[in-house]
Amino acid sequence: MLDDRKTRILFGSGSVLVALALTTAIVAATGNNPLQAYANIIQGATGSPNVAANVLVSWVPLALATAGLLFTFTGGLWNIGIEGQITLGAIFCTWALRSLQNTALSPGAIIAVAVAAGMLGGMLWALLAGALKTFGGVNEIFGGLGLNFVATALNLWLIFGPWKRPGVASMSGTLPFEPELWMPTISVQSRLAPVPLVLAALALVTAFILLRGSHFGLRLKAVGKNPRAAYLLGIPTWQHMLLSFALCGAFAGLAGAVQVSAVYHRLIPSISSGYGYTGLMVAMLVNYSPVFAGPVALFFAALGVGSIQLPIVLKLDSSLAGVIQGFLVLFVLMGNGLRLKLLRRKRGTL
Amino acid sequence: MTIELRNISKHFGALKANDSISLTVPPGCIQGILGENGAGKSTLMKIFSGFLKPDSGEIVFDGKSLKIDSPDDAIRLGIGMLHQDPLDFPPFRVIDDFIVGSPGGIVPDRRKALADFNTLSKQFGFSLSAEVRVGSLTVGERQQLEILRLLWLGAKVLILDEPTTGISQAQKEILFATLKTLADQGMTVFFVSHKLEDVEALCTKAAVLRQGALVGSMDRPFDKAALVRMMFGREVELASKSSIAPGKKVLTIKTGSVDSIRLRIKDVNLQVRAGEIIGIAGMEGSGQDLFLRACGGLVEPSGGQFCLDESETPMNGKTYHDYMRQGVTYLPAARLEKGLVPGMSLAEHFTLSVKPKSAFIDKKAAVALSNERIAAFNIKGRPDSPVESLSGGNQQRTLLSLLPEIASLILVEHPTRGLDIESTIYIWGKLKERCTAGTAILFISSDLDEILRYSDKVLVFFAGKVTPLIASESLNVQKLGELIGGVGWDALEANNNA
Repeated sequence: MLDDRKTRILFGSGSVLVALALTTAIVAATGNNPLQAYANIIQGATGSPNVAANVLVSWVPLALATAGLLFTFTGGLWNIGIEGQITLGAIFCTWALRSLQNTALSPGAIIAVAVAAGMLGGMLWALLAGALKTFGGVNEIFGGLGLNFVATALNLWLIFGPWKRPGVASMSGTLPFEPELWMPTISVQSRLAPVPLVLAALALVTAFILLRGSHFGLRLKAVGKNPRAAYLLGIPTWQHMLLSFALCGAFAGLAGAVQVSAVYHRLIPSISSGYGYTGLMVAMLVNYSPVFAGPVALFFAALGVGSIQLPIVLKLDSSLAGVIQGFLVLFVLMGNGLRLKLLRRKRGTL
Repeated sequence: MTIELRNISKHFGALKANDSISLTVPPGCIQGILGENGAGKSTLMKIFSGFLKPDSGEIVFDGKSLKIDSPDDAIRLGIGMLHQDPLDFPPFRVIDDFIVGSPGGIVPDRRKALADFNTLSKQFGFSLSAEVRVGSLTVGERQQLEILRLLWLGAKVLILDEPTTGISQAQKEILFATLKTLADQGMTVFFVSHKLEDVEALCTKAAVLRQGALVGSMDRPFDKAALVRMMFGREVELASKSSIAPGKKVLTIKTGSVDSIRLRIKDVNLQVRAGEIIGIAGMEGSGQDLFLRACGGLVEPSGGQFCLDESETPMNGKTYHDYMRQGVTYLPAARLEKGLVPGMSLAEHFTLSVKPKSAFIDKKAAVALSNERIAAFNIKGRPDSPVESLSGGNQQRTLLSLLPEIASLILVEHPTRGLDIESTIYIWGKLKERCTAGTAILFISSDLDEILRYSDKVLVFFAGKVTPLIASESLNVQKLGELIGGVGWDALEANNNA
């Protein structure tokens, strides 16, 4: 299968080059110097310890979401509802923090409980999508999409209703928590908290171990690839699907909890920040491999952070990062499809 | 038209699937293509119908060399192929499936298509309803639909790949009559099979493939023994029936009934004992599949009592997994759709089939287990071979190798459908090993010989009605065929009441 690996690398790198070439063309078409734009992104992501820390801050929720999605993808499920699961994680975390902030519990214990609550929230929201699929016959894509809207509405209602700031409600979210309820960062100025970083890394390791080396992972794979055969082989199918939803939801909820307790220190309207959708892209880009999910998520995070100052330095919108990410996923998937097609043609099978 | 295949060769990796095969077929001929599984029959036909590209060689129609790059090209040239597994659209209505491949522009003329469909259907004596879903048809009916579709698209050459597997005797007779009519009208038919009887009954010429090469060819009347020698390179002996005294009760059904939308099976009384082999015969769609599924909890019975082992507590309402815990296993006919997991390797399948010792997979043990099973079941594959890369016979062996070590009852749909004689003998050898160890087997088959040869007792289904168990010694193909067709039931019932 050396041949197979060779073509894989060839098509993979070719797809990346095409994506970059197209992005370059688009930047050039807007009258900007593409090289300058790229230099700017690299500078923006690695130029100072501060921005590098920001890349890691952004990597944490992305890595968590991707790690979770590896489970649902393995189970043959499209967990589009992950955005809502992140939001619910944030809501549950906020709720726990609000409820416990004036109690005698130590700040550390409160944060721990709040993070656990966030995981629970995400898990419940994911199980809801799973239950809709298993018992209600609602495809998880549509169920998840619907639940995303509900989660957003719930979030806004809380921010503008029961949890609004004293005085006037604001798009900037709920009133920030007291600093002792913030997850500790590496230094006073930095936003980088070591605990979430470790948790995200652990999530990826967990995904790797469970999916590559455990009987649960193998059974989940069988369910994902052929539920009918899996059932006849004695594997409880819907239970495995629900379990993969629960795991994904827990990781997504953890991401939401981290955004509340370590990044924003409050609940804001767009708390999930699209990390769920980006996580879907990362998972697809790495072909659902737990090994490459971490590094590629880091690259995506760097693109996102690096492009923030594009509008300031050059007259380019920061959505350029999204353009590059989108093109990458699109062309890598396309390249892979093309590769398989050519391979089949070469073997003479249609 | 005269069809010539000239020096067709095709490799898959190191395997020579077709080795310089040349064949000339005159118009109006029903050309049998014989050979055991893996002999290269399907490959040759897939090349002919544009699904595969040959490494070398050419296809010549009336002296004109053709370039066939896709099935679409093939059908435009008048070559239509009927695949072993129907390539149709189960969620479609029959008429939509009929229309879907036609070059009818954006808005197909449904009314004309419907009229054509009905005319064609009537012409061949098919009783297909245009408005039902394709998925609800039997394999035989789907085949009929596909034949009509190909004829409608203007097929002048018809290729049928193992068309008699999975269809009933009656449907087979209709099929053969249809093919003979078509041949009389000048159509060329390629009939791919490993069943000698079918080729003998139908074909005007027969060509035999073995290990990718054309080893011989014969005109009617056929010398059966010579054909067998060509197919296998030697004589083959079929195994005989097991003679094990039946043991304790394994499955007891009292006034059982099972319902589906189209059918109601009622008042089934049955007792299966350890070590027994019970064959279930009947025309496709007479309720056998439904009944077999109910015996494993895959369909909920609508009445009566289904009890396992010596227990008096009915299993009604329990799931298949509950049945499994009691030692019941179900082997589906659609191996790759329902039995195995495409995209997963043999080793992964074997690992799934054993009770894990810990939460984590012991990769070394998995490979050892795979090598052991591969050797024990004579599977042509490696631990890392994906199951979809195996041939049908090897997939069936794999499926058998996944059976739990202890089983009290094995329910099998068409145990040897689409398999060659050697694989058939092998599979039955393995199944009978199980019986010797005290397992009872309940199997469905549309192959009457298989039913009579291997079962101790036979159940016959006809339109939801079920006979009591009949000792297979008291039956022959003729008698069994009649019962399947609904003849002789009165006598049977009178007998039973007396």
